[in-house]
Amino acid sequence: MTVTPKNEAGDSRLTLLDGSRLIVEASARAGADVYVGYPITPANLVYAYSSARLPAVLPAPDEISALQWMSGLSAAGHLPMTATSFPGFALMIESLNMACMMELPMLVVLVQRLGPATGTATAGAQGDLWLLHGIISGGYPLPVFCIASLEDCWRLPPLALQTAIDLRTPVVLLTSKEMVMTLSSFDLARLDEVNSVKREYYQGESPYASYAPGANKVPAFLPVGDGRNQVRLNASTHDMQGILRHTTSESLANTRRLQEKVEAGTPVLYELDEDRDARTLLVTYDVTSGAGRAAVASLRRDGIPVSSLVTRTLLPIPQVYYEILGRYPRLVFAEENLQGQYARLLFGHSLPDHVTVIGEVGKMIRPEQIVEIVKSA
Amino acid sequence: MSAFLLTPDFPYCKGCGHHHVARTTVLALEKLMLNPLDVVLVTDIGCHGIVDGCFTTHTVHGLHGRSVALGAGIAMGISEGKKVIVFLGDGGATIGLQHLLEAARLNVDLTVVVHNNMVYGMTGGQPSGLTPGGFRTPITPQGNALVPHDLCRLARDAGATFVSRVIGNEDFTDVLQQGLETEGFALLEVLELCTSYGVKLNPGMRLRKLAEDAGLELGVWRGQSRQSFQLTHTREHPDLLDSDPIFVSYSSTLEKSLAVVLAGSAGEGVQSAAELFAQAAMASGLQVVKKGSYPVTVQIGFSTADVILSPEEIICHAIDQPDVVVATSADGLQHNLGRIREMERGIVWIDASLEPPATGAEVRRIDFRLRAGDRNAAIYALLVFLSETGVFPVQALLEQILRSPLAKHLKPELLAEFG
Repeated sequence: MTVTPKNEAGDSRLTLLDGSRLIVEASARAGADVYVGYPITPANLVYAYSSARLPAVLPAPDEISALQWMSGLSAAGHLPMTATSFPGFALMIESLNMACMMELPMLVVLVQRLGPATGTATAGAQGDLWLLHGIISGGYPLPVFCIASLEDCWRLPPLALQTAIDLRTPVVLLTSKEMVMTLSSFDLARLDEVNSVKREYYQGESPYASYAPGANKVPAFLPVGDGRNQVRLNASTHDMQGILRHTTSESLANTRRLQEKVEAGTPVLYELDEDRDARTLLVTYDVTSGAGRAAVASLRRDGIPVSSLVTRTLLPIPQVYYEILGRYPRLVFAEENLQGQYARLLFGHSLPDHVTVIGEVGKMIRPEQIVEIVKSA
Repeated sequence: MSAFLLTPDFPYCKGCGHHHVARTTVLALEKLMLNPLDVVLVTDIGCHGIVDGCFTTHTVHGLHGRSVALGAGIAMGISEGKKVIVFLGDGGATIGLQHLLEAARLNVDLTVVVHNNMVYGMTGGQPSGLTPGGFRTPITPQGNALVPHDLCRLARDAGATFVSRVIGNEDFTDVLQQGLETEGFALLEVLELCTSYGVKLNPGMRLRKLAEDAGLELGVWRGQSRQSFQLTHTREHPDLLDSDPIFVSYSSTLEKSLAVVLAGSAGEGVQSAAELFAQAAMASGLQVVKKGSYPVTVQIGFSTADVILSPEEIICHAIDQPDVVVATSADGLQHNLGRIREMERGIVWIDASLEPPATGAEVRRIDFRLRAGDRNAAIYALLVFLSETGVFPVQALLEQILRSPLAKHLKPELLAEFG
């Protein structure tokens, strides 16, 4: 096939870019107003672009400080973001618990790389899902969205930021090395407009109670330093005012609300491509979704019916996923880890016979591997 | 009752020095005639931290040892005219020492009050990093064997604007007021004795004597006056997508995906050459993916770029086996030897100085380095690759080179080889 010139003018705006650039530009347009950074490969490009694009950038001395500064900034009414990878994320975990308990909106972009420990900084992986699932002591969920394409690098950050505000919670945007560091040809004309996030502060009468459940069990927000109302924030078990309490009925109801608001309010995003004759459903997320799409196209060219589910809302697990999964006698999960983390998260550690996992460590899963497994049924 | 308090009674043990610190804080705030809603009290984990429920200021109760960083974040982001105060203990100051030093270094507008009662009072009276040598605690009944950090000295060295160490059972209202009036980082270390652990295990201990024996100087120190930390919003922040688009002005004969590996040495322009190559392919109507791999040291060792070219959208960029490898140095060849050996087809171009590897691919040797020099061997090799294969016009790459900073470093006669 000969490719001929096609965009002498037209509307297309071809460029060569990486996902980090889209993540930062979309975040900036959506209203992220301060980036708190600590360098780590493969999240460095997000830091570099943010330093050029966001209104303010703070170089933190470590990742614990980064999350604490973000919490303070969020408490003061800012919308902070950062990006990191496992070694840095591990240091952030206690502070993320604090931000969850204080109900502070912020965005953490977690770029997965090969572990364990420092592993290989410049090799991709999908190894952090289990970590995210259990990150809050007590099992309370944080919304976790996952990027499955370059377009997602543009679409998901604004949605993640809006979710952080709407649910008053930290939100994790999960991605991986190949998604944020790989340069790809891309037509910018494919991108939709990004609108600034909508944010409202408490407008009611005094006194304000920092944790009185509002719409959808989310308390209305006021920044500390407000001139009309006292604002109390608390990382310990607390009542609706934000005062430390032992296990009173009010304080425990407040703690339970953390789970209820996230489970009820996290947007459910997925891509379902169904073939009515298919008996196999391929499930992918993150960078492996590309291999999944290529495999599905290849299988269909060969006349083999197969369906595909690409999940973008990973946590909390949407109930609709089980309804979709339940329609298929055979499920194939492809993910770049040894354990089949997503499959086991959904079905438990002893996988049922109708679930097959394709895993890899240290290299991307290829479409041919998926094709072979699907054909082997 | 003070406008700063909901209750006159603090939830501390009888005789605890924390009562006096809380009362002194209220007095200092009253003397400054601040509105309670202009004050944010950030508390750490520790006995001192349960006081926030008594205050009518804004209150933020954080994690153990992190209160200074949390307070710093608030102070960085809050509007002018607000006063952020951090309460923490000697245990919190120990675990969060880095936060304290960083806030001092940045001169964040923050007043930190360290309640140094020499022990972790909430957990059984263990010694902290600020516990003086010889001080007896439940786990060091013979006396603490270590010397303490001199927190005030550390804060001063880190650039704090105001530092003071005071005896907790004396009147330090004026000192705290001075700290609160400071624009920038202020630290007040208040020496106390925990009634549950300190007093019982160190009977007759006097704080002045304790400080003297430990070499913990009392007093007030003022650092060089300097601007407190400001969160700047004034920088230019250009749209990251505002770049010149690539126009398709050439065409390609490529009929299916082609994976090209450019392998050379770090510091020899491998990644930028591959990027120009990718842009030239786009200008020839192709879809492109480019990935880089190099050691973290960046300027030494191998540098490899994988470039996938395709006439159709590339929805997966996992490479099983490359179609083409262009190796311009021993580092690059060595790093890719495994996959070159596994190649059953395709072409491997190597610099003429290198030993041909065992491979199922055709091997071609060319004097890349000799003809173009080490620094330009990578881009030269790609020009050779295009001129020999015609995957897309070599003119497309020449055009990208001439638009780039690389043009200044290439000899005109080298480019002239390709038209």
